[in-house]
Amino acid sequence: MARFCMDFEKPVVELEDKLEQLKSLKAAGTGEIAHDIAELENQLERLKELIYKDLTAWQRVQIARHPQRPRVLDYINHIFSDFTELHGDRLYHDDPAIVGGLAHLEGDTFVVIGTQKGKNAKTNIKRNFGMPMPEGYRKALRLMKIAKKFNLPIITFIDTQGAYPGIGAEERGQAVAIAENLQFMSRLAVPIIAVNVGEGGSGGALAISVADRLIMLENSYYSVITPEGCASILWHDETKACDAAEALKITAEDLAKMKIADIIVKEPLGGAHRDVEKTYYILRKKLIDCYKELKTTCPNKKKLIEDREKKLNSIGRLTSV
Amino acid sequence: MSEPALSKKVEKSKVVVPEGLWTKCVSCRQIIYEKELIRNYQVCPKCGHHHYLPAISRIELLLDDASFKEINSDLKSGDPLNFKASKSYKMSLKEAGFATALNEAIITGEGKIDGKKVCLSVMDFKFIGGSMGSVVGEKVARAADFAINKKLPFIVVCASGGARMQEGMLSLMQMAKTSMAVGKIHENKLPFISIMAHPTTGGVLASFPSLADIIIAEPKALIGFTGARVIERTIKERLPDGFQTAEFLLKHGMVDLIASRAEQKEIVSQLLGFMGY
Ligand SMILES: [Zn+2]
Repeated sequence: MARFCMDFEKPVVELEDKLEQLKSLKAAGTGEIAHDIAELENQLERLKELIYKDLTAWQRVQIARHPQRPRVLDYINHIFSDFTELHGDRLYHDDPAIVGGLAHLEGDTFVVIGTQKGKNAKTNIKRNFGMPMPEGYRKALRLMKIAKKFNLPIITFIDTQGAYPGIGAEERGQAVAIAENLQFMSRLAVPIIAVNVGEGGSGGALAISVADRLIMLENSYYSVITPEGCASILWHDETKACDAAEALKITAEDLAKMKIADIIVKEPLGGAHRDVEKTYYILRKKLIDCYKELKTTCPNKKKLIEDREKKLNSIGRLTSV
Repeated sequence: MSEPALSKKVEKSKVVVPEGLWTKCVSCRQIIYEKELIRNYQVCPKCGHHHYLPAISRIELLLDDASFKEINSDLKSGDPLNFKASKSYKMSLKEAGFATALNEAIITGEGKIDGKKVCLSVMDFKFIGGSMGSVVGEKVARAADFAINKKLPFIVVCASGGARMQEGMLSLMQMAKTSMAVGKIHENKLPFISIMAHPTTGGVLASFPSLADIIIAEPKALIGFTGARVIERTIKERLPDGFQTAEFLLKHGMVDLIASRAEQKEIVSQLLGFMGY
């Protein structure tokens, strides 16, 4: 199967392909060939270190958008047990770009919500490329109301380019659907952990990310506008997206400095898609630890809401005249 | 009736008033006596078109004479990202300051409407497109706390292109901060009325103004989440006439009523009366 390859990792992929070819030879286990394979494997490791260390913001955006990167349902299914998906906003529609339901993690019940992209042309059309409609945000809100009623903690997963830009979305109140989630999440007295696993596209991502802790995978990004959109405004040239990605400060590391991201989760070298099992394992452990820490730090609802308010109010930079 | 894209009108309205005694209405193209336009709060006396109105004039329009006291006027934006494009953010802030004589894109404070004390926040589109960065978010949040402490109705007038790109994620997070702030207004059972002027879009629309008890829109104001050009490019269709106008939103149930500037004070006062103020 042909692999998707990002420009900057071409040398790695070429070397990997060569290695595969050598390994597939009949005499691969013997003599000179075995020696060559070992040598190439060594080279490959060094090359990967060289290329994947210190990625630029734009390279991380490309990894975050990688078509083979795990999708939100992959994370949910591998991290939680007994996931029971729930559907619909009870008003108009069931938006396939937002998934959610109830699930177990280490004996605790959670409300789980996330944006869902497809993995190929067909499933991407089904999932509307992970871009939610107002109905999706209202489904999320309905599930958060269940969390409130039954006092259940919430974990959300974010991977979206943004809320869907369309006529119907505007007619049915994309803006107010997002705003209502922001307000509800900011005052909801249950623990909320948000995990950005890929793309954090502006208000459409924020609408399910108001949380006590924001976890970002190492190669995820979170931005007020897409790098392409920013480049087209600033320089009337979308190909300058790499410069825009840099200027907007959208990486996990940048956002940790701004106190927007709380925890950065390391990915396998080259990105989550290069070792998905390891990624699920690491993130699962982080989620368990994070929830434990949050319960200890905020043992009651009052402290939880106070801390969340402080956290949100502290974000921003001011000077005075 | 075929109208040019409203987003283009916003750009034009920036240059609507040339120096001198006479000016041309961007809508009906008729020549208007400048002083008459100012007296009329920038509403065209010939066709009723609502032109850009500075925040200061909106305060005059809505509040009783000399009743306004500004709060947090000293807050100014830094340049947290050290943002450089063709024009640096620092330069944009400086120019916006000169053009509007404001420190930021919003003025907040208290005043009276027909003798009723209110907390009023008004955005100014000429300050970097009325965009919301750290300071606008902070001033809205502080105004909400101020209203809660003094038990005042909370009134906002919006004119904004959305989040301020030059502050990156710090500006996006102001959507959460301001939505939380007005959430507390609701918890305290205080009235919250928002007036959406031309334009109210993007991340600002998707936060505090949309959460009001009652939403009033100015006639023909552009109100929408995603810019028309982005939508057109995505769906590859022409948008219907009047898309994202105040009238379109009223039809789709997104705003309570449309009120011209001449009516706004009376309507707000009456609504506050219904709410026991
Ligand atoms: Zn006119």
